[in-house]
Amino acid sequence: MSFYTFLFYLISAVVIGATGVAITRQNLVHAVVYLIFSFFGTAMLFYLFGAPLLAALEIIIYAGAIMVLFLFVVMMIKIEPERGAIFSLARAGEWLPAVAFGLIYMVVAVLLIARTPGMGAGLKLLAASPGQFALFVFEHHWFSIEVVSMLLLLAVVGALQLGGKRDRRVDAERAVKGEE
Amino acid sequence: MTASLGQILLVAGILFALGVFCAVVRRNLIMIVLGIEIMLNAVSIAFVGAALRWSNLEGQAFVLFILAVAATEVSVGLAMVVYAFRRTGSFDPASFNLLK
Repeated sequence: MSFYTFLFYLISAVVIGATGVAITRQNLVHAVVYLIFSFFGTAMLFYLFGAPLLAALEIIIYAGAIMVLFLFVVMMIKIEPERGAIFSLARAGEWLPAVAFGLIYMVVAVLLIARTPGMGAGLKLLAASPGQFALFVFEHHWFSIEVVSMLLLLAVVGALQLGGKRDRRVDAERAVKGEE
Repeated sequence: MTASLGQILLVAGILFALGVFCAVVRRNLIMIVLGIEIMLNAVSIAFVGAALRWSNLEGQAFVLFILAVAATEVSVGLAMVVYAFRRTGSFDPASFNLLK
């Protein structure tokens, strides 16, 4: 087993462990911070697989902007914690079928992957420098980049519209419901 | 020499299953959106692994667009979550029963 294979196993273990811990947290801030750990691990995997620009972008955009946005929302709004333990056996009907079907899917996926011919060989290490990657993207997918910029503009407009001025009628509704 | 594509796909599959679990089981709107982000991340790993396997940069280009679309979807999704919280006062999807 080569050194890079060992690195891959180590990073994958940390990513899967951090994600597994993140999805079982009651405290939302803890969940988001564990997920940031997981995204750091993913960025390292990207670097290992020869995508250094994507590794940097993953940390800057995913861990640095998206998760921080989650933290803003979580810390801005007072959240009462979910009642009791999340995965208690008394309410097993909520999570047990999901786990059972998920395990069946995982077994099927493992069998399918193991049966496919070209999957066993270790991968040769290559790396695409940011310059090469950028040349490729702007040569073949320049139109998609323009569409994505339009999409981001739409997202800004949508977020402003949804979170913009406070709706007095909505707040009055909630005040009335609170007094009942 | 690093791990084979089969192992990379296995890791991506496990992460995707964890994301689905989070989106389906957790009764909190923010955890649902977090589960979607985990799924997108898992798919990104699979794409970059496949790009390495076939020495083709298309996989990495697609991950770039996944990143951009994820950012868009999170901003609009969280704006909707905040609005829904203002309307109903809770993050539990079971309490969105205004149509009843």
